[in-house]
Amino acid sequence: MPKLTIDGIELEVEPGTSIIQAAEMLGIEIPRFCYHDRLSVAANCRMCLVEVKGGPPKPVASCAMACGEGMEVVTNSDMVHKARKGVMEFLLINHPLDCPICDQGGECDLQDQAMAYGYDRTRYRETKRSVKDKEIGPIVKTVMTRCIQCTRCIRFCSEIGGTDDLGLINRGEDVEVGPFIEKNLATELSGNLVDLCPVGALTAKPYAFTARPWELRKTESIDVLDAVGSNIRIDVRGNEVMRVLPRLHEDVNEEWISDKTRHAIDGLKKRRLDRPYLKSGKGKDAKLAECTWDEALKAVAERLTGVKPTEIAALAGDLVDAESVYALKLLMGGLKSPHMDCRVDGALIDTSSRGNYIFNSGIAAIEDADAILLVGVDPRKDAAMVNARLRKAFVNKQVKIALIGEPVDLNYPVETLGDTPQDVEAFIAAKDGFAKIFRDAKKPMMIVGMAAFQRDDGAAVFALLQQLAESFALVREGWNGFNVLHQAAGRVGALDLGFLPQGKDGKDFHAILDGARKGAIKALFLHGVDCFDVRQMVGKDCFVVYQGHHGDAGAHAADVILPAAAYTEKDAYYVNTEGRVQMARKAVAPLGDAREDWKIIRALGRLVGIEMPFNDLSELRTAMVKEYPVFGALDVVCPAPVSKPAAKSGVLGDQAFVNLIGNFYQTDPISRASAIMAECATTYGQDGALEDAAE
Amino acid sequence: MKAHVLAHDQQPSSFSFTPENMVVVEDILSRYPKGFQRSAVMPLLDLVQRQTAAEGKNAEPPYGGWIPQAAMDEIARIIDVSPIKVYEVATFYSMYNLRPVGVHHVQCCTTTPCWLRGSSKIVEACEKHMGIKVGQTTKDGVFTLSEVECLGACVNAPAVQINDDYFEDLTAETMTEVLRLLENNIDPKVGPQVHRHASAPEGGATVLKDAEPKTQKTSSKKS
Repeated sequence: MPKLTIDGIELEVEPGTSIIQAAEMLGIEIPRFCYHDRLSVAANCRMCLVEVKGGPPKPVASCAMACGEGMEVVTNSDMVHKARKGVMEFLLINHPLDCPICDQGGECDLQDQAMAYGYDRTRYRETKRSVKDKEIGPIVKTVMTRCIQCTRCIRFCSEIGGTDDLGLINRGEDVEVGPFIEKNLATELSGNLVDLCPVGALTAKPYAFTARPWELRKTESIDVLDAVGSNIRIDVRGNEVMRVLPRLHEDVNEEWISDKTRHAIDGLKKRRLDRPYLKSGKGKDAKLAECTWDEALKAVAERLTGVKPTEIAALAGDLVDAESVYALKLLMGGLKSPHMDCRVDGALIDTSSRGNYIFNSGIAAIEDADAILLVGVDPRKDAAMVNARLRKAFVNKQVKIALIGEPVDLNYPVETLGDTPQDVEAFIAAKDGFAKIFRDAKKPMMIVGMAAFQRDDGAAVFALLQQLAESFALVREGWNGFNVLHQAAGRVGALDLGFLPQGKDGKDFHAILDGARKGAIKALFLHGVDCFDVRQMVGKDCFVVYQGHHGDAGAHAADVILPAAAYTEKDAYYVNTEGRVQMARKAVAPLGDAREDWKIIRALGRLVGIEMPFNDLSELRTAMVKEYPVFGALDVVCPAPVSKPAAKSGVLGDQAFVNLIGNFYQTDPISRASAIMAECATTYGQDGALEDAAE
Repeated sequence: MKAHVLAHDQQPSSFSFTPENMVVVEDILSRYPKGFQRSAVMPLLDLVQRQTAAEGKNAEPPYGGWIPQAAMDEIARIIDVSPIKVYEVATFYSMYNLRPVGVHHVQCCTTTPCWLRGSSKIVEACEKHMGIKVGQTTKDGVFTLSEVECLGACVNAPAVQINDDYFEDLTAETMTEVLRLLENNIDPKVGPQVHRHASAPEGGATVLKDAEPKTQKTSSKKS
């Protein structure tokens, strides 16, 4: 443990700590451009120069110099100031003075550090060089003349993005960052390059010239476009969401977010349901027409009270928040209907224990695992941030990863062990190969995707996986390697709230649709359900109420549309795939006449004669926490046991696991409405890319 | 320094090493310990350039050694790195040509010592003889003229590198003569174009001329 002093303050650090890291621990700021604590050290910007007494009489790059015993580091001597000024002067030689028209202006490291550490004038009289801009995809806009060759983007792409596309081309005065051969960055994390770039060379294409950082109001919130629950910051001007940035959360998304999380937000302005609609007319002439909230809610209430309780059913969709699902469950309970389900993707998960359906070990624990088995999952498309962790685990530890399921394109090596449930059986029985590694592992981890359950024999597959978990002792002292990776942000919350068929008469998802088609279900309440073609599945005669925020599959089929708030427009709890309860915060007001979900359901309850025991959100939460204590602790992962395999689980089929997400960029009503996501899907050739979403 | 720009209009669709060169590739790869094959990138790029030079000699019009994009991709495949890693190396060095050049690639050093010794006159003589400017290739594909940074032959300045050979102590006249010989497929004398051996003093030795090297007496002790 080397002991050293920095600016006279003595400290002891772990061997291998660099001076810049040690200074950071003391809160001493050292300017830098190329150094980034999640990337390898390049030491090529030279901005972090410090003086080390006793060493050679020249400034030292503090990011590349490890702390040594007895070092005396000075970060504010005349030598350091002079060195920084010199470096800054060189950096600015070829940097254009176009801050007024640069999107980075106001949040630019170079701008800030030039103010803090640079000269106040230039001595350079010659021509500045100019560099041709590169075309690297629909997310990142390049103005390469502004580039200072810090190479953060190159290192991010090859180390974290897993796509070695960018490099340093040519040398000396001609050096430029680029792919050399023009190509789009093959990563769904490309938006992070914009955050990494310390200057305005890489800026966000969709956000170009729309806002200045000082105009924006910032709200810390949670992303709902996948089940990871990435921590985000929503930047708002007026009542418009301008951009989404990542927020640091070491256990969830570190400091990255996927391109969908970041840029699907233009979908929040398109195809929105901003007023209630009611279908009037009969048969062919039936048409949705605008109406008032009173009319819409009355129509729903009349229908709900006009049929038998057992003829009512409710489904909760992908983007629903916990509070509204709780309210909806109370409503259904009050109506005495047992038919409700939240597994609208048809994934037959055994919900007898909480451990059966959450990512038990936590996302961060992927880094600790020493052998990982993927079953029926495409981590890259299901949850890009989980995939980034898997890659990190591979890069740091060369962890062995195997896959039973549809072969997928991942950015780390994966051994494929087949794609059917029978291959899982064979794996349990196997004695050598990956099975041996998995059996010998201290921290074996299995990640199961929805593809394993979204099938008729889903329950049997689940039982089989429970067997696998027992056979390999995935759950052991201090370690639970049984992980389910969800695709929808609302799912785990709804499962925690038990939004499932009640009692033995309760119909599940498939039975509800079947009943609706055959007439057993006469009124169907869709709470944000958009993941399948509703009218086709439900039949013509069922009365469909749709509550949600986008004119997508659900609204197209509805008889009544109740416009609700999107995730940026409400305070709400979401539970991510780890079972971590996180709070999304309201950044803007709901659009038009739309209302927050729980309020709509409460108002509807009143009309059908059900008084809910709360009048505002905090009362609702208190009631919810009382009944479901998991919601009592925010941002905590509670370990939960995995149940024993059920005795009766049906017959195992022999079809291969098929991943249902063929298109990463368009998975939900918001991203399907986004023109930028449509462009990404086309650019990256995703299966079934939808056309540009016009109004 | 020239910035490398890819010649998009002249790229062959594929590249493969000849069977003879595949043997050389294996030999090159075997020089590096297992797991460090990526270090072979530079000799392999050079090998590509030699292969294309051999092919180009008899082509019509002829051309000199250069590295097509397909060849860089092939190297990336062989040493198992992403293509950009090969592009980075290939674009870093001025010795790698990423667009077709003439059979004789005349690289004039114009860095300070050569410049002080009259390299501008050498460049001028080349331009006059070839009828082209620096950075261009003659229409018949015989010459490409480049300016390069220090060739490391300052003691024999001004110096010019043509393909693998150095021509040193040049004057405008000797430069033109070298070019004339090359044009007519005659090999000119390589090295200093004055009476001088390598970097030895012009006109013979200036020191240690008087005597044969003295044989050192071994002191033998009488027993």
